[in-house]
Amino acid sequence: MSKIIVNGQEQTIDTTSIQLLDLIKLNDVQQPDMVSIQLNGEFVLRDRYETTTINDGDELDFLYFMGGGQR
Amino acid sequence: MDYTEEQIQRYSRHFLLQDVGVEGQEKISNGKVLIVGAGGLGAPAALYLAAAGVGTIGIIDGDVVDYSNLQRQVIHFTADVNKPKVISAKEKINQLNPDVNVVTYQELLTSYNALDIIKDYDFLIDGTDNFPVKFLINDACVLAGKPFSHGGILRFDGQTMTYVPGSACYRCVFVSPPPPNAVPTCSQAGVLGAIAGMLGTIQAAEALKYLTGVGELLTNRLLIFDAKKMTFRTVNVKHNPNCPVDGDHPTVTQLVDYEQAACELKKH
Repeated sequence: MSKIIVNGQEQTIDTTSIQLLDLIKLNDVQQPDMVSIQLNGEFVLRDRYETTTINDGDELDFLYFMGGGQR
Repeated sequence: MDYTEEQIQRYSRHFLLQDVGVEGQEKISNGKVLIVGAGGLGAPAALYLAAAGVGTIGIIDGDVVDYSNLQRQVIHFTADVNKPKVISAKEKINQLNPDVNVVTYQELLTSYNALDIIKDYDFLIDGTDNFPVKFLINDACVLAGKPFSHGGILRFDGQTMTYVPGSACYRCVFVSPPPPNAVPTCSQAGVLGAIAGMLGTIQAAEALKYLTGVGELLTNRLLIFDAKKMTFRTVNVKHNPNCPVDGDHPTVTQLVDYEQAACELKKH
């Protein structure tokens, strides 16, 4: 079990660690291309989502692309 | 600056504000703001900046007013349908406040014209609906050292952040545009009209804060709101050393026109 914080909300994970890509799926993000992720205040490169491990106490922000406004 | 009796009344609520006053109003009157996109975000931003007496408001937009715009683009009225948006916006601004000098650009912002157009302005408002132009505005502003307000809306959500030279830029957060069609735009996914007003008004407030030097700008913070729950969250972001335009090893050294989603191009 580990506790992490995603977008300011606590989440409990069954395992002691989780791959970032799996966490993205757990959070119902359909296309990982659509989200920019900050892990403990540092941005994770999009091509490192598969190789980044999230551990107990980590804080993440999922920031989504938002267009819109003109038409 | 000498104010007429009418202007003293017009700007009286700014004069009364301790942080603005006569001096701040003068800064607003001397300010030049470029609004990119006279749509959902640009419309409320333009109206508030005009009402505030911003000396020069530039508006760039190549579109004409469509009935589908009227649900949220409050600067355009029913009688304006089929009129170029920049003309419609200029007419309303002039009616609201004849003190404002409106400069219109009935074209798209591209890598060819961006630096030449933005050089005359103090602050830019990104009111565009697509990622190629959002990244273009960011890169042009970073390369030219111009501050701007980023804004995005979708469905019931909005996000905004302000850039000034040295702070985290849009690319620090989002690095590169999403693949075309990966992210729906308002024309595909819809948007609650009032959301555009909420966000465009925040952008106008940032422009006025920048011009007057009042308060703390929304720099190094991304403000995200969810109007369904009416919750607001600010996420601290910092300058990204891997940022392609202002990171340690920049790869974007000139402006790029990214490919636009095909369905967007077909629409008009």
